[in-house]
Amino acid sequence: MTALALDRVAVRFGDHVALDDASVTVSRGEMIGLIGPNGAGKTTLLRVAAGLLRPAGGRVLLDGRPIGTGDRRSRARLLAYLPQGAPCHWPLEVRRLVTLGRLPHLLPWQAPTGTDAEAVTSALDLADVGHLVGRDVLTLSGGERARVLLARALAVEPALLLADEPVSGLDPAHQLRVMTVLRARADAGTGVVVTLHDLGLAARFCRRLVVVDGGRVVADGTPADVLTPETLANVFRIRARVGTWQGSRYVVPWAVTDEGEGADSDQPVLHPAAAGRLR
Amino acid sequence: MKEAGLSRPLALPMIGVDRAWRLPLALATLLALLLAGSLFAGPVAVGPRELLGALLGRNLSVAEIIVWELRVPRTLLAAMIGASLGLAGAVLQGLLRNPLAEPGLIGVSASAALGAVIAFYTGFAAAFPLGLPLGGMVGAGLAVALLMILAGRQGSTLTLILAGVAVNSFAGALTALALNLSPNPYAAAEIIFWMMGSLADRSFQHLGVAAALTIPGWLLLISVARSLDALSLGEDAATSLGFDLQAVRWRAVLGTALAVGAAVSVSGVIGFVGLVVPHLLRPLVGYQPARLLPVSALGGAVLLVATDIFVRMLAPGPELKIGVVTALIGAPFFLILLLRLRATSP
Repeated sequence: MTALALDRVAVRFGDHVALDDASVTVSRGEMIGLIGPNGAGKTTLLRVAAGLLRPAGGRVLLDGRPIGTGDRRSRARLLAYLPQGAPCHWPLEVRRLVTLGRLPHLLPWQAPTGTDAEAVTSALDLADVGHLVGRDVLTLSGGERARVLLARALAVEPALLLADEPVSGLDPAHQLRVMTVLRARADAGTGVVVTLHDLGLAARFCRRLVVVDGGRVVADGTPADVLTPETLANVFRIRARVGTWQGSRYVVPWAVTDEGEGADSDQPVLHPAAAGRLR
Repeated sequence: MKEAGLSRPLALPMIGVDRAWRLPLALATLLALLLAGSLFAGPVAVGPRELLGALLGRNLSVAEIIVWELRVPRTLLAAMIGASLGLAGAVLQGLLRNPLAEPGLIGVSASAALGAVIAFYTGFAAAFPLGLPLGGMVGAGLAVALLMILAGRQGSTLTLILAGVAVNSFAGALTALALNLSPNPYAAAEIIFWMMGSLADRSFQHLGVAAALTIPGWLLLISVARSLDALSLGEDAATSLGFDLQAVRWRAVLGTALAVGAAVSVSGVIGFVGLVVPHLLRPLVGYQPARLLPVSALGGAVLLVATDIFVRMLAPGPELKIGVVTALIGAPFFLILLLRLRATSP
């Protein structure tokens, strides 16, 4: 079932075209890696999908209805958004911060109920931060904080989770932990969209990758379909070692393609021999 | 953790009361004591029995006139204005996620002062008793209208702050211009004294006029409590949690304009309360913006009623202006607090 559909979405910031004719659909239970170079429009796409940015053209449908219509709170129960660098402005206790994820489930003056406490506890456990409950969130390490903020988003118990670079700045173990949590959520039936710069993690954990470049969706498919030497060269301007290990695709960025080589898409990017070797 | 050390002495007599209610109850008790104490404070000694008689209206004596005409309205006004300043400060600090925000920041206080100054200048203030507060309220209202035009319906929080700063300096400049062009030095002096902030000689009329605006203002301010909690996570996350931040911003600004505009209109500018009170109480509520609001309102009332008692007890000589005293005590106190905070944090 299609939970979220972006249909030919366009966004402009002044003269700059941030998104152009971008279409993506997200179903429950699938995990989509949104990849692309810096400034490609990944965050813009995610913010449009979350209903935070109204597109100049096209439309966004959440469960078949335009996202800007209807009750904000019911939308907030359906769709959770984890911003990039996920800030926290006050030294809140971890449990209190994660409880903020329950706000869409509460009436304006209602205190959290037993159900909310259970959801918070299970989110804390899922993100593996149960041992941090009493800590002040600002004293946590980057990796701990990222997982606490992820727990906040999980506490919403959404049908769709949109996470903007949830692993940037984390060490490899924390990156793997966060990606494992997201994968498990998708397997449990949540639709997950995650923007990533680490192509290796994207290939490993997402069964579907959407590549954005210059505000356009330029590829959409399985890691094997998408992470071709041509795409890596044309979009990411890199040559990479791509392979399969333990049933998962892996990508190791190796060298930057020459400006002229990459910029001119009419030219073959790699020598056929080199391309064959890398495949 | 930080909570324990400070709230335990307050909490001791309240074993059995839910932890979340201890601080508000303690502050409410303190406020009740100060309100009662405030009725005794003044150059004329009024004993407890006389005071009770006067409050009940049993004897039409000098005491009754002093208590009813002077001390009761003044005390209630101090509590109301203190609560407005504390509440608006807590809301703005939560909205802007900045502990340095205060009601003056969005230009409402300066504009209310300008409105009052213009009322002075044009003789509107002298024409009828409520001319001055009404002038101030018009000033505060114009400030909000100007903010709406400058920051727009779609404005971000940053635009709002910048627009507030612009309104603030513009109102300040116009006030200076009014002083500059003042036809006689006495009028200028009167304006300056008024701007220092005072609760002396305010009547039930002042109280009524201010309350009519203050109470809707409080309701608007209190209504954004939950959204301030959500805003701890930033604007995008708060929006994704189902809050309409555009509406939240305007409720906060309009609420501040009503409550603080009304306060400045009847009392002049009273600084520091809106900055210091939320800042002091925040650790005691676990830094939760929503829980800070009621506590900060009570704390503001406590601080202003206490300061007003202090001002009245400093006889003889000309009464010190309460705005001067809050700044005089508030600023060094704030500095000491910052130094202590810096010493304890790594």
